[in-house]
Amino acid sequence: MSGKNVHEHGVEVMEEILEGYNDGTKKDRKKKLEVVKSEDVKCGINSNRKIRPGVMSMRGCAYAGAKGVVFGPIKDMIHISHGPVGCGQYSWSARRNFANGTAGINNFVTMQITSDFQEKDIVFGGDKMLTNLIKEANELFPLNKGVSVLSECPIGLIGDDIEAVSRATSAEIGKPVIPCRCEGFRGVSQSLGHHIANDSLRDWIYEKEVKGVEIEDSPYNVALLADYNIGGDAWSSRKILEEMGLNVISQSTGDSTVSEIANLTKAKVILLHCYRSMNYISRYVEEKFGIPWVEFNFFGPTQIIKSMRKIAAQFDEKIQQQTEKIIAEKYQPQFDEIVSKFKPRLDGKNCMLFVGGLRPRHIIPAFRDLGVQVVITGYEFAHNDDYARTLEYVENTTFIVDDMNEYEMEKLLENFKPDLVGSGIKEKYSTQKQGIPFRQMHSWDYSGPYHGVDGFKVFARDMDMAVNGAIWKKITPPWK
Amino acid sequence: MSEKIKDHVSLFNGCEYQDMFAEKAKYENSETDAKVQETLEWTKTQEYRDLNFKRQDLVVNPLKACQPSGGLFAAIGFEGTMPFVHGSQGCASYFRSHFMRHFREPFPTSCDAMTEDAAVFGGHNALYLGLQNTYELYSPKMITLVTSCMSEVIGDDLNSFVKNAKEQGFIPAELPVTFAHTPSFVGSHIVGYDNTMLAILQQMGVKKETKNDKINVIMGFDTYLANYEEIKRIFKLFGAEINLLSDPSETLNSPTDGEYKMYRGGTPLDDLRDAPNSKGTLLLQKWSLIKTAEFIEKDWGHPVKVVNPYGVEGTDDLVMAIAELTGKPVPAELEYERGQLVDAIADSYYWIHGKTFGINGDPDLAYGLCRVVMEMGGEPIHVLVSNGSKDWEAETKENLSKYEFAKGAQIWAGKDMWHFRSLLFTEPVDMIIGNSYAKYLERDTGIALCRIGFPLQDRHHLHRYPTIGYKGGLQMMTWIVNRMLDDIDKKTMYTTSYDILR
Repeated sequence: MSGKNVHEHGVEVMEEILEGYNDGTKKDRKKKLEVVKSEDVKCGINSNRKIRPGVMSMRGCAYAGAKGVVFGPIKDMIHISHGPVGCGQYSWSARRNFANGTAGINNFVTMQITSDFQEKDIVFGGDKMLTNLIKEANELFPLNKGVSVLSECPIGLIGDDIEAVSRATSAEIGKPVIPCRCEGFRGVSQSLGHHIANDSLRDWIYEKEVKGVEIEDSPYNVALLADYNIGGDAWSSRKILEEMGLNVISQSTGDSTVSEIANLTKAKVILLHCYRSMNYISRYVEEKFGIPWVEFNFFGPTQIIKSMRKIAAQFDEKIQQQTEKIIAEKYQPQFDEIVSKFKPRLDGKNCMLFVGGLRPRHIIPAFRDLGVQVVITGYEFAHNDDYARTLEYVENTTFIVDDMNEYEMEKLLENFKPDLVGSGIKEKYSTQKQGIPFRQMHSWDYSGPYHGVDGFKVFARDMDMAVNGAIWKKITPPWK
Repeated sequence: MSEKIKDHVSLFNGCEYQDMFAEKAKYENSETDAKVQETLEWTKTQEYRDLNFKRQDLVVNPLKACQPSGGLFAAIGFEGTMPFVHGSQGCASYFRSHFMRHFREPFPTSCDAMTEDAAVFGGHNALYLGLQNTYELYSPKMITLVTSCMSEVIGDDLNSFVKNAKEQGFIPAELPVTFAHTPSFVGSHIVGYDNTMLAILQQMGVKKETKNDKINVIMGFDTYLANYEEIKRIFKLFGAEINLLSDPSETLNSPTDGEYKMYRGGTPLDDLRDAPNSKGTLLLQKWSLIKTAEFIEKDWGHPVKVVNPYGVEGTDDLVMAIAELTGKPVPAELEYERGQLVDAIADSYYWIHGKTFGINGDPDLAYGLCRVVMEMGGEPIHVLVSNGSKDWEAETKENLSKYEFAKGAQIWAGKDMWHFRSLLFTEPVDMIIGNSYAKYLERDTGIALCRIGFPLQDRHHLHRYPTIGYKGGLQMMTWIVNRMLDDIDKKTMYTTSYDILR
């Protein structure tokens, strides 16, 4: 790629990719690929559209968005995967949402609880069974604070009334029972599942005025929203907020409780991490309760400091002074130490990202802090507003892809030969076969946290470990 | 340098975080520690067990996945074959992730990504485009379709869809597209394996007038890749020709050499077509091949033998079955290997004899593990199989009744791991054998877990070792006895029994 104009090279690769498609698929995929320059202000990608059949997309479904992302991490609720056994099985403990508590007693995050639909349930409907199941769950897990009913594909097709079951059983057990119509065929990706789950929380928690704990009023009460505590992310973020002098009265949904979800409405400001998956709740709470929300980014020194100041600006001078103090006295020295250790080992490397949520843009500056340039980035399930936000982060010519598939990934790796790829489990092993270092950037490759100051240290260590792993020098045998 | 950085393994144990958690608890509306402790103790009681076993509808931590995933595993073992899910995109992504976390290898699977409109109007248009794109982009030699619960509920007719896709020119008429109906609300992944294997054999097999000298072998839902190598080696020792139907051992164990190839190895499609003309078929699992076995016996008209090839006795059955099907004598090498396994067990069984076991896994493996444990003098107490049918339960009871060491064995078919938890608290055993999810049971009960089964996501490369044949028996025995010794070391670490000599 050296020598050639980077933008021209990108456009050439894009054309080569499109040439491999038949006309219909080409027309569709043409709207999903773009090479942007740093000065661009508009991204023309037409996102949140149907998957082209048969291309091997990396997307998941609405159930994955609702159960896997939004509901699953709420630790004191029983989350019922309602339908056949598979969906709950494959998503069981697969997202590493850390949560304190005793499993099976007051923490149900790492459990696969399902109605295990059989043929008779398809034929006769599952409402009666669901009613009994919720009662059985409440008996066996008496310390639960609520139940969610997460529909799998058949539920919406056979016409079950899970809302009626939820209302009736909620009255009977005296706890919230929240129906969520997140059948996998709804929408085009995980994203609609997030939205449906947000709406379920709105209708069955906030509209029903479910109560949280009593909270002492303070101008510094904040809510940390849409951090799923993967590998402990929410905790390393929360630590910063507390050190700034803020009270985190609600953390969701990572290591969260029903009470904390309800506490959200008592916050003075909502701090929104993953915009894509929970902006719906922020907008609703803003409209209904007049609580403002602020987006922030706790990946890497540049963005952590910028976000801390942005958050502090919502509060008085006391918080602002405290924020500057901890940046100068505590965080900056730690950042300097990490950057001086790892930047020399990573400087000048190129990276490709293909992830979900906010990461395809949020992580770019963290890489830049370490001297790594992100040259390709893309989202599994973004909307147009995500692409608009992405341009704010782009400082070099970048190849952007929406809903990448295996064929496109192969072409991109072949043409760009990045030094590092950050994507998911489905992309990991085919990339490594090609001798390219890889990190799973959904699950932090079983490491973490990556958020916050403590998380940046782990991030820097892991990226170094990936790029400079000893084995990558042994791909070619000495006799070749 | 890097060792100073704390990640999640130790970071949150520090007092900064522990204090933060204590502060956070104020907003959580959490129960008191006393209440949590009291409830925890209650879940260990007989009273809780009775309540737990009374449930009719609630399923907690089951040991089974759904049909289409088993179907994909059957399909991926054939030459150049692209598995294909007719249904929602999420299904395909889940199946792929599930297998990749276990094998740490690519697992390609295409999908037609059906959405709401397909639910209303049928999935044919999605399937046509899906087949076309899959064929054009990934050049498979065969595509194997399985269904998700969505396409099953709306009742899509795969037979006519595939026919139309060819007639309308989306894919060439000569491209083999095999298809199986794999409803997720019937059976489990092993039934999906059976349905898909049956479909592939039915749709691809070409019967000829005369039989050849080959023996078909079908492994069943066997995720231990070295077993595929092992059975080929055993046949080679016999000097007999094997036609291994579905062999994923190359595609799921490929080198990192700078190039990714989507398809590697697998049963050649010509061998698949020729399968009906072999002189016999040997099945290494029973419960994942019920319908397939029936079909082969009726339709192909050659002898079918089913063995459970684990441990000394199981491998003896395997070896004698091969001798019988091929008409060849047992090779001396195998007799030598048998002696080596017997020798190794004689060296080690003192640590297992009289020890009790809780075993969970798929039906064939669970029964095989019982026999392996008993050959070392161990006693299976709980044999729990979520996807065990009534027939499996009856047959396993009958089979085990012949063994002295199985006197205390209780068979729990159709139960889940939350049932198992109650059993382990009220009737504890010395060791659990199960998959990665059983680590939660190990944590809750303090009983050592030996990992044998599927999926294994929290330990690396175990699937690369054999579990069948005399060599596989040696491997399993090694895992079990050394796990027992690790446990004894852990328990005796600060006593005089912390011996060098074990």
